[in-house]
Formats: sequence, C-alpha cells, structure tokens
Amino acid sequence: MNQARIRAQVRPVALVAIGGVLGAVARHAVTVSLPTAAISVPSAVLGTLVVNVVGSFALGVVLSEARLATALSAETRLVVGTGFLASFTTYSTFAVETASLSPRLAVVNVAGNYALGFLAVVVGQVVARWSS
Amino acid sequence: MTPSVLGTFAFTPFFLVGLGGAGGAVARYLVGTYVERTTVDTLAVNVAGSFVLGALVAVPSLDPIGPTSLAVGVGFCGAFTTFSSFAVETVRLAETGRPRRAIVNAVGTLVAALLAVTAGGAAVAAVW
Repeated sequence: MNQARIRAQVRPVALVAIGGVLGAVARHAVTVSLPTAAISVPSAVLGTLVVNVVGSFALGVVLSEARLATALSAETRLVVGTGFLASFTTYSTFAVETASLSPRLAVVNVAGNYALGFLAVVVGQVVARWSS
Repeated sequence: MTPSVLGTFAFTPFFLVGLGGAGGAVARYLVGTYVERTTVDTLAVNVAGSFVLGALVAVPSLDPIGPTSLAVGVGFCGAFTTFSSFAVETVRLAETGRPRRAIVNAVGTLVAALLAVTAGGAAVAAVW
C-alpha cells in the first residue's frame, strides 16, 4: 500500500479519535460539575440528560440540510459530528441509569431524554435554516 | 515530559476518560464503515455498548470512580454509544415520511438496550 493511500485511510480515524477524546472529556466535565443531588435524582442522570439534549441540538445543526451545515467540509463533520457530538452524548449510560431507577422515574427519564432529544434535533435544524 | 509527570498524568480522571473516548469513537466509526445502513449501525453500537456497560457496573468489586470505570465505562462505552446520532436518525425517518420506522427505531433501541443492560449484568453474575 502506498503512503498516500495509508494516509487517506488513517486520516478519518485520527479525526474521529480527536473528536472522541474531546467529546468524552466534555461529557465527564458536565457530569462532575453538576450539583450532587437535585431532588432525589442522582446528578449523573441529570448530567446525561443535559449532554444528550445539548448534543442532539448541535448535531441537528451540523447534519441539517441547510446551507450553513452543507458548507461544512466532510472533515469538519467527521471531527464535530462523528467524533465530538456522538461521543459527547451517550446511549449506554442513559440505558444503565434508566435500568437503575424506580419504574416511575425510569419512565420520566426515558420520556425526558426522548422528547427533549428529538425536539432539540428539530430546533437545531430550524436554527441552521434560519442562519443560512 | 519526565516519566513521573507522565505517570501522574496518565491516572488523572480526564486522561482516562479521554483515552477511552478515543477508542470508543474510533470503534463506532469502524462499525459504521462495515455496517452501511445508518440506523442499523447506530442500533448495533448502542445495544452492544449497553451490554458492556451493564456488565461493567455489575462487577461487585468495581470502584465506580476508579480507573477501569472511567476508561471503559465513562470513556469507551460512553463514546462508543451515541444518543445524538440516534436522535437525528429517528427524526429524519419521521421527516422523510417513515413515521412507523421512526417509532420502531425509538422503541426498538430502548427495549434492546435495556435488555442488553440486564443481559450484561446477568452474564457477570453467572461467571463471577
């Protein structure tokens, strides 16, 4: 395999890795910076909700069909979308936390993440369209 | 960087989370390049990652803020799985005239991920 081909294959992986480091670190920063207990819900559950909603909004902007978003290069989308935002948000933590909650709080957690997450995507797309 | 500085830095929580995050993001990207259908690859990483995290948190002696939890749980599993891609793909299904597939994706991911968490925990309980 020649050098140019190797570089073409390694480059996207490196870009995703850089975004992944920053996304995971930013998510952890949000989780540890939230107050330890809000009402009776562990702060981690709230932190996960925050990163999932904020990240869904931002990915809605970045991946929208609007001109602003399509103006971004494929590499920018790879770092910001596939790397940073996809790593910033998490489904596994959401699933484990939901399983650990009481049935009533579990339903509230799922409804909250889903409703606010989907709404955030739609709002992100609208913002991207407005800004174009 | 001297070895002692490197040694100290390597065990800071943010370093461990970042290291796992890089691995998780790259692993997810590689799954995406092999599984070509976008909602299927997201479902696969979310369910597989939930299984691993469900297993990890079920390990009795595990320190929830120890190095393994930070690198593998918060870093790798957190970054390998994604809520934002799942949300964007689900909204897109609904917007492009496939509301039933959007609902199947939303409910299916939830049910499969919760079952995976339980299965991961059961697997650890069986072998520990």
